[in-house]
Amino acid sequence: MAHQVFAVDAEEIPDRGRTIVRRLDPRARILAACGFAVAVVALKSFAPLLLALAGGLVLMRLADMEPLPTLKRVAMMDGFIVFMLVLLPFTTPGETVLTVAGFPATREGFVLAAQIALKANAIVLAAMALVGTMEPVTLGHALYRLKVPENLVHLMLFTVRYIDVIHQEYQRMRLAMRARGFRPANTRHTYTSFGYLIGMMLVRALERSERILAAMKCRGFSGRLEVLDTLRYHRRDAAFAVVAALFAGALLFMEFADVAAF
Amino acid sequence: MHIVDGALSTEVVIAGGVLAAGGIALGLKRLPVEKIPAAGVLSATFFVASLVHVPVGPSSVHLIMNGLAGLILGWAAFPALFIGLLLQAVFFGFGGITVLGVNTFNIAFPAVLAYYATRRGCANPNPKVAAAWAAFGGAFAIAATTACVAVALAVSGEQFVPAAKLVFVTHIPIMAIEAAISAAVVFLAARVKPELLRSEV
Repeated sequence: MAHQVFAVDAEEIPDRGRTIVRRLDPRARILAACGFAVAVVALKSFAPLLLALAGGLVLMRLADMEPLPTLKRVAMMDGFIVFMLVLLPFTTPGETVLTVAGFPATREGFVLAAQIALKANAIVLAAMALVGTMEPVTLGHALYRLKVPENLVHLMLFTVRYIDVIHQEYQRMRLAMRARGFRPANTRHTYTSFGYLIGMMLVRALERSERILAAMKCRGFSGRLEVLDTLRYHRRDAAFAVVAALFAGALLFMEFADVAAF
Repeated sequence: MHIVDGALSTEVVIAGGVLAAGGIALGLKRLPVEKIPAAGVLSATFFVASLVHVPVGPSSVHLIMNGLAGLILGWAAFPALFIGLLLQAVFFGFGGITVLGVNTFNIAFPAVLAYYATRRGCANPNPKVAAAWAAFGGAFAIAATTACVAVALAVSGEQFVPAAKLVFVTHIPIMAIEAAISAAVVFLAARVKPELLRSEV
């Protein structure tokens, strides 16, 4: 999760590589997460949607993610979309089931809001469990092996590498601002100060990148992405791929074969 | 501003994916190997900037700064902002997987428009003039992004139209704040390191 982006030190991540999900091939995990997402957005009935959410929760456990912080994170995302979901019962045409302050809410609207919430949560949980538990560098290498353009992977690896460095610089500058008595408020002064802060970060970033480029040239950088680790497809990866495909297939079967229509 | 999985119609999701892929391809084409370190470190900086919360009334919002990202990165804003959204989705749980394309387009396309609209003005030797153009670019990019979000929602279903309108209205103060902050950024950059505004990375 977030700590991987902000901590280059892999030691801090407990139980790395020991749980079932984390031992799987990163390519299989990425493909499974994408396949799961595509299958889940196609669903409409509640039985397969609930099963998908359960699948997301099981993956979270299999990936050995702390349930409370993970669910908190998912709830934060729900906080962002809640205003849209709350509006839906009142804006979707259909059969009125209740009236709030003179506004009729429809059954169809509630159903739609619940569908979106279930889909979004199931997919985010699965993506965080399967892909979010990887080292960002591993993610980059796996994407490269999945034929994502080399330039894009390079750019991603650079971004991941420097987010932590620049975040630390940001915190040092905020500390310096606080030491001078700066307190954010609804004032023009605040916005100007934040602007100078970000401007300074950008100036330093550009200068840093000049030094990086010089150092890379000095070492004979040719523009090729050298991937040091070797990924091997094991039997457990094939087994996982089969299970993932069966699960997605079952969800779609439930949806379109009308097994559990309600 | 992030749209989540499951809200949009299939057509919108596919259209967003295709447009974003096109933008990313164009951005990568204009990004020689020599400029990858600069683009990468700047992309990381914009990622960190998007974590900065500024007060608005009784609450606070996080910055988006896509107008400024466009001004500084040019077309490379497409891959840079895509990477930011990808990291947000898989490591922080914000956004979604199938909507990555739509979200990338909604943020990066206005960035590129802001780049074409303000690159001349922001190269003005007078920092105050450059800052005024940056303010325009900052507000414009947020307005265009909310408009894109609104269109994506409205095309997906009639019932999303009120939510789309609400997104636009709630972002009016954010336009003002992004304008003020972008102006200050460019005012500083124009005096300290004008190359930042002229190099397209």
